[in-house]
Amino acid sequence: MTATDTHTGDRPSPLLAPAPPSGPLPRLGWALADGWTVARRDLLHWARGPWELGFGLLFPVLMVLMFVYLLGGSMSVPGGGDYTEYLMPGMFAMVMVFGLGETVTAVSTDANRGITDRFRSMPMASSAVVVGRCLADMIRSTLTLIVLIGFGLVVGWQWHGPFDRALLGFGLLLLFRFALVWIGIYVGLVVRGQGGMAVIQTLEFPFGFLSNAFVATATMPVWLGTVADWNPLSSTVAAARELFGGPNVIGEGWIAQNALLMAVVWPLLLVAVFAPLSVRRYRGLGG
Amino acid sequence: MPTPRRAITVRGLGRRFKDRWALRGLDLEVDRGTVHGLLGPNGAGKSTTVRVLTTLLRHHEGTAEVAGHDLATEGALIRHRIGLVGQNAAVDEVLGGRQNLELFARLHHLGRRDARRRADELLERFDLADTGRRPVSTYSGGMRRRLDLAAGMILAPPLLFLDEPTVGLDPRGREEVWSAVRGLVDDGTTVLLTTQYLEEADRLASRISVIDHGRVIAEGSPSGLKSRIGGDRIDVVLTDEGSLERAAALVERATGSPVRTFREEHRISAEVEDRAAALTRVVRALDDEGLRVADVLLRRPTLDEVFLHLTGTEEHSHHGTEVGR
Repeated sequence: MTATDTHTGDRPSPLLAPAPPSGPLPRLGWALADGWTVARRDLLHWARGPWELGFGLLFPVLMVLMFVYLLGGSMSVPGGGDYTEYLMPGMFAMVMVFGLGETVTAVSTDANRGITDRFRSMPMASSAVVVGRCLADMIRSTLTLIVLIGFGLVVGWQWHGPFDRALLGFGLLLLFRFALVWIGIYVGLVVRGQGGMAVIQTLEFPFGFLSNAFVATATMPVWLGTVADWNPLSSTVAAARELFGGPNVIGEGWIAQNALLMAVVWPLLLVAVFAPLSVRRYRGLGG
Repeated sequence: MPTPRRAITVRGLGRRFKDRWALRGLDLEVDRGTVHGLLGPNGAGKSTTVRVLTTLLRHHEGTAEVAGHDLATEGALIRHRIGLVGQNAAVDEVLGGRQNLELFARLHHLGRRDARRRADELLERFDLADTGRRPVSTYSGGMRRRLDLAAGMILAPPLLFLDEPTVGLDPRGREEVWSAVRGLVDDGTTVLLTTQYLEEADRLASRISVIDHGRVIAEGSPSGLKSRIGGDRIDVVLTDEGSLERAAALVERATGSPVRTFREEHRISAEVEDRAAALTRVVRALDDEGLRVADVLLRRPTLDEVFLHLTGTEEHSHHGTEVGR
């Protein structure tokens, strides 16, 4: 083998890539463009393996079937009401929770494979990787939510008020997912794949059940019900139920009485904590 | 901007993790247009050096100029002029080769059409043009590394960092990567290459810095380093293992220097000062005892032996039987 075996053709014409912009506005433009490029990578993944996305969408549908038809017969809503109608907002929120595992997996896989390091050594906006992750996960969750809404309508759930209130409900669910994305990015960067993913996926269900997503917290032992009421998931679910106008069971405590407020405050609080942590972790990977 | 003669100048670089110094007082000069080898055992600080110089890690001491820019203050400009190929093939496994390169090109802010053109050029250049739409997960190790190299070359950066580029590859994959690297250097790219394979440094690098415990302990051309430990060596290979001890004693007496014995290969190695005379003495001594010899050769020391000599660690000795000859 000679030294020039793979040396085909001349040196490509020098490439003039634009220098990093100065000024806040062009820099923001770069950050968004780069973030979108990173997010598009996920879209390309879906295009390449649509069955994977399909299975991801199928899982919550199966969950709904299980809860409505297998368990639903023996479930009753305190104060009356249809269990399917009670359940669906909880399922919507659970789907947001399931997305957490996907975020952690994607982030830690990239960090482990050195792709994150490659991104970091490139002249791209330093926020692009996390912003792109966030975009891609929000797109995916929105898609999942739409599918599940459609399926919910099929099995008999519906919203009972004006459409804009329902829309606000969906917005709150996605806001909750937005907060979870940042938790996921942070956890993914911290654990870097060493079994952390398994831990997250194991915790998703207890986290979901220790809330009002499937049953009213009033049916739990008092201390457990209090814990469940303070689960951010509960605030989002209760707020969504209120906005959809279906059966709702509002607990005694302050946190349960102010679900709408808390469905906004909880996610913002989580983002305020985990977004800076994630960005710091990303910038200083490896110490 | 005047182009400096050196691609990298490092003075007294230090980096610690908690209170352990991974690098301390590291000096390094890399000339433009050369392959500079950074050679050392695991944990010597090779990767840390690369991570610091590519702006992935902050340093705590010292100064460095990389691709004409100050490491402490001009990280963004440095990232504009370097490519990094790390230890893992840092490419997307699900996407195809072209999709990967287009993705990275877009992140270098090339326009859509330029990105596509550049991806095609690079695929052609690294012999990956016929991989089509196949996902990277179906590539061989060598192909993956070549794609990885291509991804590090999007803007044809004048300075490329290769962190153990052939680790885990079979001999054929290694050969593929080496010839790709040589092609880049022919075109004027400067390469800083870390490796623990002595053969790799020997084959690719024009200068080598031997690094251990976070600092450079020796530097020179491969042949210069080899002559640092002086004399040539004589190797005697016996037909059978049984007479190895007796032969070793004879060779030791004939050369007057300590011998190393490689049992599996039935080989004895010793340093010699007067080449021809020593050869005659060794052959005569063995012949007098009636020992059956399969091969005798005089040779320059291998880089591995240099390394052993410099670091004084015996744990590398067994590598010497297979690398660098």
